Amino acid sequence: MTEAAATTTASGAQPEYTSDEMMSIAAARALENGTRCFVGIGLPSTAANVARRTHAPDLVLVYESGTLGSKPDVLPSSIGDGVLAETADAVIGVPEVFNYWLQPGRIDVGFLGAAQLDKFGNINTTVIGDDYADPKVRLPGAGGAPEIAASCREVVVVVRQSARSFVDKVDFVTSVGHGSGRGDRERLGLPGAGPTLVITDLGVLRPDPETAELVLTQLHPGVEVEDVRAATGWNLQISPELARTDAPTAAELSTLRTLKEASR
Amino acid sequence: MADIVSLADGVGELVRDGDVVALEGFTHLIPHAAGQEIIRQGRTDLSLVRMTPDIVYDQLIGAGCARKLIFSWGGNPGVGSLHRFRDAVQHAWPVPLEIEEHSHAGMANRYVAGASGLPFAVLRGYRGTDLPEHTATIKWITCPFTGEELAAVPALNPDVSIIHAQRADRAGNVQMWGLVGVQKEAVLAAGRSLVTVEEVVDELDPVAGQVVLPHWAVTAVAEVPRGAHPSYAQGYYERDNAYYEYWDSVGRDRDTFRTWVRDEVLAGRSTAEAGDREGVR
Repeated sequence: MTEAAATTTASGAQPEYTSDEMMSIAAARALENGTRCFVGIGLPSTAANVARRTHAPDLVLVYESGTLGSKPDVLPSSIGDGVLAETADAVIGVPEVFNYWLQPGRIDVGFLGAAQLDKFGNINTTVIGDDYADPKVRLPGAGGAPEIAASCREVVVVVRQSARSFVDKVDFVTSVGHGSGRGDRERLGLPGAGPTLVITDLGVLRPDPETAELVLTQLHPGVEVEDVRAATGWNLQISPELARTDAPTAAELSTLRTLKEASR
Repeated sequence: MADIVSLADGVGELVRDGDVVALEGFTHLIPHAAGQEIIRQGRTDLSLVRMTPDIVYDQLIGAGCARKLIFSWGGNPGVGSLHRFRDAVQHAWPVPLEIEEHSHAGMANRYVAGASGLPFAVLRGYRGTDLPEHTATIKWITCPFTGEELAAVPALNPDVSIIHAQRADRAGNVQMWGLVGVQKEAVLAAGRSLVTVEEVVDELDPVAGQVVLPHWAVTAVAEVPRGAHPSYAQGYYERDNAYYEYWDSVGRDRDTFRTWVRDEVLAGRSTAEAGDREGVR
């Protein structure tokens, strides 16, 4: 689905927006004020900064480059932008980020993206294809994600949804979601709860309480169940309490656009 | 006392064919000028170590300097893929590239073990992922006190580590601030070290959040203004985001890349100079 195709043309006072904007705003809403949030670059960083400028002014942003409590006034283009360090409560070395702050469970929410995601919320950012030694596509790799996914109290994934990226089983488990089903995280000894929300440009998925399989719980405005099914590589289950996402408010949109504009 | 040397002499004396070489700098203070000097001097068969092999290693890999890469995230930050890295892994161009792949937490702890003089580090990591199946340097160890099973990763002890810092004094004491990544650990873990700096000064005025490496912990210091470009040096210059976009177009194509090496590296110009020229982007 292209951005243009998803542009809502609802009548009345409803502002127009793209599916990417809806995704960023839905993700921003998922972050409660005061949450300590480990932020990946790209979509998660955009959403976290929108949240901090709307309903969650006390959101604590932690970036793996070594900043605690960054308060950037523009969207950083990399996790190490100077603005993240200059506006932080504390700047620390990278070993300290992982050993003192992430590993002991001091971070509430790990906010991650994904190249490939499966029905149990496992994330692949390593290789596409069955053969690690001879991959179809070599992706960047793990970065901080495996331990973020393991040790944050919960994980929120923000990712554009397509049948290619939403697969039955990831080609490579870079970061563990719910493994092969409910109970796997406990068996593996992973301290955090794993992915509790997957927010896409089409809607929101949550793990089933029994099986931990991702089910569609929310549709963004203008999107139908069949659109989401077509963009999912497994037989997607739909929650009986399927809800509709509220359209972005004018204030949310203007916050997002102002941030993006300032970042050019 | 660390020797104050030229960049060419520092790389010439400290980096040898076949070495395990770490260039560190986590998005900030990346020693780009030193990386290009390694290309210029035609070093080969290197095992390159770096948490985030971004543009600096895309250049070294594309130029055929490396036989192995030990890393945790290989991308062009904020832009996308590293095309030379991908070409090497997917098509063995220009030479085959062996990879040893970790997570950031694993790599950081490997440097900490190296700097600490320990044989390995433990962490609560990798559990349930496919990384241990493909990376021989991830193993499991049982805590002798609690019985918890933890990941063990061996120390990294590069033959030589190279970092970039803001300043050094004439004795070779090195001062850096802002995001300091794993640079201290990389230097202390290494057999030899080269620090490029924005400037060599008479006196190091204290700066908030500074890390100081004493002169007796550093082998050599070279003054290389703008030596971190296109990354940045806090207090000196900003990140050149346009260059990261520009690199995507250079790295995408083998011939374009070869032309870039010939014109921008072998001809003796540094990235810093190239980035300053009108129209390069």
